[in-house]
Parts: sequence; C-alpha cells; structure tokens
Amino acid sequence: MAVPILKQGNYLIASIQAALTDADLFELRNALVTQVGRFRSRGVVVDVTALDVMDSFAVRTLRDIAQMTRLRGAETVIVGIQPEVAFAMVQLGLTLEEVATALDLEEGLAYLVERSKRTGPEIGSHGG
Amino acid sequence: MADEIVMDVSSDADIVTARQKGRELAGRVGFSVTDLTLIATAISELARNIVLYAKHGAIAVSLAEHGYRRGIVIVARDEGPGIPNVSQALQDGYSTSGGLGLGLRGTRRLMDEFDIVSEVGKGTTVTVKKWLR
Repeated sequence: MAVPILKQGNYLIASIQAALTDADLFELRNALVTQVGRFRSRGVVVDVTALDVMDSFAVRTLRDIAQMTRLRGAETVIVGIQPEVAFAMVQLGLTLEEVATALDLEEGLAYLVERSKRTGPEIGSHGG
Repeated sequence: MADEIVMDVSSDADIVTARQKGRELAGRVGFSVTDLTLIATAISELARNIVLYAKHGAIAVSLAEHGYRRGIVIVARDEGPGIPNVSQALQDGYSTSGGLGLGLRGTRRLMDEFDIVSEVGKGTTVTVKKWLR
C-alpha cells in the first residue's frame, strides 16, 4: 500500500495510513529521497500515528530515511509514535538516535520551521 | 475463531498478516493494549527471521492455560539452515543478516518465556509465551 506524500511549502508530509510491509517501507524511503530533490524540500514529516507495530525493520527504515534525506539537505521528523509502540520499541532495544521526533504533525512542522530559522535559509540550498 | 491459528510465512506480506491475526487472537485472552503491542511486535520479529533466514516456515498462535494462569503461546517453526551457535545468536550485537541483531534477543525481552531449538541443516523452532498479568 503506497503512502501518500503531500507537499506543503518547503516540506513533504508522508502520512502512513495502514500497516506497511517491508516492500512498502522501502518504497516510501525511495519516494522521499527522490522527492526531496524534485521539490527542493527542506524538511520531511513522517506521520506514523496509524502504525500499531514498529518492529526492528520499520525502525531501521525510518532511521535510513532520516539519514538519506539529511544527505540530500532535508531534515526528517518522525511524528505520532503511539505510547504502546514507544514502550515496545524500548523493550526491544530499538532507538531512533539522531532522528528528530515530535508528538504530532503540528509539533513536527513547528520543529522544522524553528530549525530553518536557526540554520538560515541559505544553508543547504545548493543541494537537490 | 478457533483457539489456535497456524499461518504460513514466506513473504513480507505474511509478516503483517501473522502479527495482525496473532494480535486478534491474543485480544480474546484479555491482554492490555500494551501487551498486545508487545505480542504483535514479537510475532513480527519471529516472522521476519523466518523470511530472512529460512525463506518459509509457519507461525502458530494459540491460547495457553497453566493452572489459573492464562496466556498465549507463539511457535515459529522453519526447516531452514538452523543456527550453529544459539547462545551467540542471543548475544548483544550479534547479527548475520546485516540487521540490527535484535530479532531473537529482542523477542526474548518482549515475552515472558522464551525457548529455542535449532539444528543445523534441519531448522529452527522458537516458542515464546506471554501470561496475563
């Protein structure tokens, strides 16, 4: 099942609607890495509110998305990790180190806006 | 719905189906949402191990009773290559698949009981249990 990716200003919003297979996760990763260049996006929000399970593969792919988009000049924020999912991740020993997270979409976008003010609009504009 | 479900696991779509069906069955025991999430995550890790190492296998999820205790048993069975050194496979940081190395070790942390029988060339059977608190 493909994840819809919306463009909002300088940002991309990937809103996961249902459980994803490994192939779906790879597809999402590739689509985001490509579209960050196509739309010259400065940030990406991945909304995982709909995910009731995040296993080691899902967490690794989200981490990969954050690292790959960063190499392309865009910061990724993961939003909407459910409390039970956070508990399971910690039990499993999974972390999202060096990946920004926020409570929900609103907080995630606010984080990206705040961050672009800090770093200034000219930095990273050579990429894409 | 029967008290046991057995699911073939040979693709990444089967991983999703297995954890969803397992969660449904576990829901009937009366587990909290947190425990259901731990159970579904454990099934996901076990199913992925099957697809990754053995290509195909099966996962059975059934209701368990032990005296007054009620819970759920998950058996992941494959006839894959087997694990030469089980204790090493359960150690921190060990992985042969280039993964995070959390599959077996992580699954053990999610569940109350964990048992593994593996024979090289014959296959692997992992049995995990979670009891209702």
